[in-house]
Amino acid sequence: MELIYIAISATFVNNILLAQYLGNCPFLGVSKKIETAVGMAAAVLFVTALASICTWSVSTYVLNPYGLEFLQTLTFILVIASLVQLVEIIIKKKSRGLYNALGVYLPLITTNCAVMGVALLIPKNEMGFTEMLVFSCCSAIGYGLALILFAGIRERLLISPVPKSMQGTSIALVTAGIMAMAFMGFQGMAS
Amino acid sequence: MIAPVLLLVGIAFVAAIILGIAARVFHVEEDPRIEAVADLLPGANCGGCGMAGCNASAEAMVKGEIPVNACVVGGTETAEAIGLYLGYDVGGAEPSLACTTCEGGARAARKFEYSGLQDCRAALQLYHGPVRCENGCLGLGSCFKACKFSAITMNEETGLPVFHPDRCVGCGACVAACPKGIINLVEEKTKILHWNQYTECLSPCRQRCPAQINIPKYLAHARKGEYAAALATVKDNNPLAIATGRVCPELCATQCRRQIQDDPLAINAIKRFLSDWERDSGERLQVPVCAPTGHKVAVVGGGPSGLSAAYYLARLGHEVEIFEMMPKLGGMPLYGIPEYRLSEEQYQWDIDGVLQLGVKAHTGVTLGKDITIRSLKAVGFDAVYLALGCWHGRLIPFDGVNLKGVYSGIDYLRRFHTDEDLITGKRFVVIGAGNVAMDCARSALRAGAESVLLIFRFSRDMMEANAHEIVDAEKEGVEMRCLISPMRFVGENDTLTGVEVQQVELKLNPGGMPDCIPVEGTIEILDCDVVIQAVGQGTDLDAIVESDGLEKTRFSTVDANEDTLETNIPGVFAGGDCFTGPRLLVEAVAGGRYAARSIHYYVTTGSVPPIDNRQREMMPPAMVDSLINVNPISTSAIKPMISLEERMSTFREVEGTITEQQCVAEAERCLNCGIYCYDQDAVPSSQVRIIAPRIDKVQKKEKEEATV
Repeated sequence: MELIYIAISATFVNNILLAQYLGNCPFLGVSKKIETAVGMAAAVLFVTALASICTWSVSTYVLNPYGLEFLQTLTFILVIASLVQLVEIIIKKKSRGLYNALGVYLPLITTNCAVMGVALLIPKNEMGFTEMLVFSCCSAIGYGLALILFAGIRERLLISPVPKSMQGTSIALVTAGIMAMAFMGFQGMAS
Repeated sequence: MIAPVLLLVGIAFVAAIILGIAARVFHVEEDPRIEAVADLLPGANCGGCGMAGCNASAEAMVKGEIPVNACVVGGTETAEAIGLYLGYDVGGAEPSLACTTCEGGARAARKFEYSGLQDCRAALQLYHGPVRCENGCLGLGSCFKACKFSAITMNEETGLPVFHPDRCVGCGACVAACPKGIINLVEEKTKILHWNQYTECLSPCRQRCPAQINIPKYLAHARKGEYAAALATVKDNNPLAIATGRVCPELCATQCRRQIQDDPLAINAIKRFLSDWERDSGERLQVPVCAPTGHKVAVVGGGPSGLSAAYYLARLGHEVEIFEMMPKLGGMPLYGIPEYRLSEEQYQWDIDGVLQLGVKAHTGVTLGKDITIRSLKAVGFDAVYLALGCWHGRLIPFDGVNLKGVYSGIDYLRRFHTDEDLITGKRFVVIGAGNVAMDCARSALRAGAESVLLIFRFSRDMMEANAHEIVDAEKEGVEMRCLISPMRFVGENDTLTGVEVQQVELKLNPGGMPDCIPVEGTIEILDCDVVIQAVGQGTDLDAIVESDGLEKTRFSTVDANEDTLETNIPGVFAGGDCFTGPRLLVEAVAGGRYAARSIHYYVTTGSVPPIDNRQREMMPPAMVDSLINVNPISTSAIKPMISLEERMSTFREVEGTITEQQCVAEAERCLNCGIYCYDQDAVPSSQVRIIAPRIDKVQKKEKEEATV
């Protein structure tokens, strides 16, 4: 029950993009086409899950026992950056297909605010391994959901008669704001 | 205090080691250029270029998917560095430079005065632009603004962009910015592989020239005294400038717009001056050559078509070997054109130009006898070009054709250049009225014949030879009789003594050659000891058909696809006279370059793409029939000729080359025609001969001014 609660909270209520406003750069940057948005969402899910596992391990087994919690941000950056590099090198060799599909987004989201945010939220809420895994995956799914929905809207916007002064990023930001308000409707489900 | 430092250093150390090992273990071979380009990029991974990070951007740049100036952070310097690296890289293409085909600019007719936003795209929205010409430059400088390397400036006077090749990196930004699509990236390859299209702005002369030489461009260089650039332009389409400069019948000049009001330009005289200028200097112009491709091509036949194909294939980076059956390279222009029109020594300069590109030549090797197509392929040639020429002189099979003294035109002319004995005689009769017949007749006079009679079945206006050849032949003493048809050859003891001929009348035949109706009672015998039949040439393909299964047409020419020149044998192409039948030198040269295009595509991609909108007919808009405000200047480029006395008994060159002053003056007469526009050098209305509405206005205005 607890896990479902965490899942819903992470996906909808505390949606990392629209409720916590983390990871806005790719949200605007790669949301012009659904196809690229899906790729980005998959990459974020992959990296967030991996990064969370590593940072959780570092936090639980290294930082906490020695009382070095204040180094969290620094070490996390270091760990996530190296990890993403490592993963990129490996999949480039082992699976060219996956590399071509994800590879485009991998370097872009290294220590992206969403990934970093999830990694930092986990020790803050003192989660166990399972909770951490559910939380990170669902946060990423929430991210992907918002991104893909947004990309769909932007594709429609392209063929809509938008006033010239509002075209491009302006209308995208307004749309993002309205979407955020819509997501506030989930507030009652969990906190 | 030490713990955090140790921790961070420790993590960093472990991460570095793991990454280092991973990079080694999981190393992937990549195009080294990608890494080099990535090093030149700033490494900000900003995504501003639209690619995911600098590595992806570098890869896309190397593949040519995005322009080298796509990086917004790096700016001009980075782009220049990458342009330099990629442009001159051995693995890549040679540098391509932007240039526009429009010469119109300010002189092109306007539909209306445009005063809106100074941008070509914006101007094009309004009634498709203010310029009447559909493909003309609008002159508002969108390309100038798009260029990040200041390689484009706008010429205020002409209203046309000027491209500076030394600064152009070939990024293509201007090509994308031009809404009219008149800016092209041109590299050496493009120039060689390009054929005229209906969508281009082509001057009438350029449309008519079989080799499609960019005539206005080389004339423009010539009038500025840039002879090297002018000759380089010629050689982009024609490697045999010396030979064509002497014997080309100037089809281009027949379309020159100048002839509406004065004389057509002496285009070929200028070409001849340029080629002689190079030859006299003794130093050959360097032509750019592509990086070696590793493909081998065999060219069978060392005539103009074979030489031209070999030249362009070599420039495209292929390894070429020529197989020639005669002891010397050069083909029909060498063996068939007499010394007084084109000497062996002069022609050798053209031939050497081809050989100096690294083309290997084997002479005295006959296809079908010494080698076969199969054997050529077996020794590693990827493609074979058959430029066999027409070496078989036809003989009309009258009675007595086997008598001693009856020869074909090519049989007669050839002997001046081989070790065989010359055909001599006192009284010659030449049958036929083409250029070969004239060459035979004039050569015979020089070689000591007492009289030369040329007989022709049709009327004089149907003679095929170039007009000035006929006139020159007559001046030199060749007697001509038209409407005379040979019947049989008369001889004693197997030796020719005369030709029996009969007068004919012509009966016009709609849609074909007229019929010759013999006139009763006009049979006579013309005494002679040599008859030369210059009545056509063919190709003897039987040996090749037998050995390799090559298909031939019913005209005994090689059967090849007209658009690709491919024969029925894969990888074997045919062109020149053996495909078209006997034609002009310049057509053989054009055929050679066309074959080079086909072969290049065949060996590199496996198939030959068709040419979209290939220009074959003259384009009607270019055929303006009145020139407005053009100053009439008659030609001064008359070639010097040696006197009749000097001509006889020697084979000295009859026509000379024009002087430098004549060349520049003649080139200045060029109107620099586009399709719709030409240079209107304003002249006082009193000197203008053409009456056109616009002139009336000018005159009225002048009158008004005079009265005020």
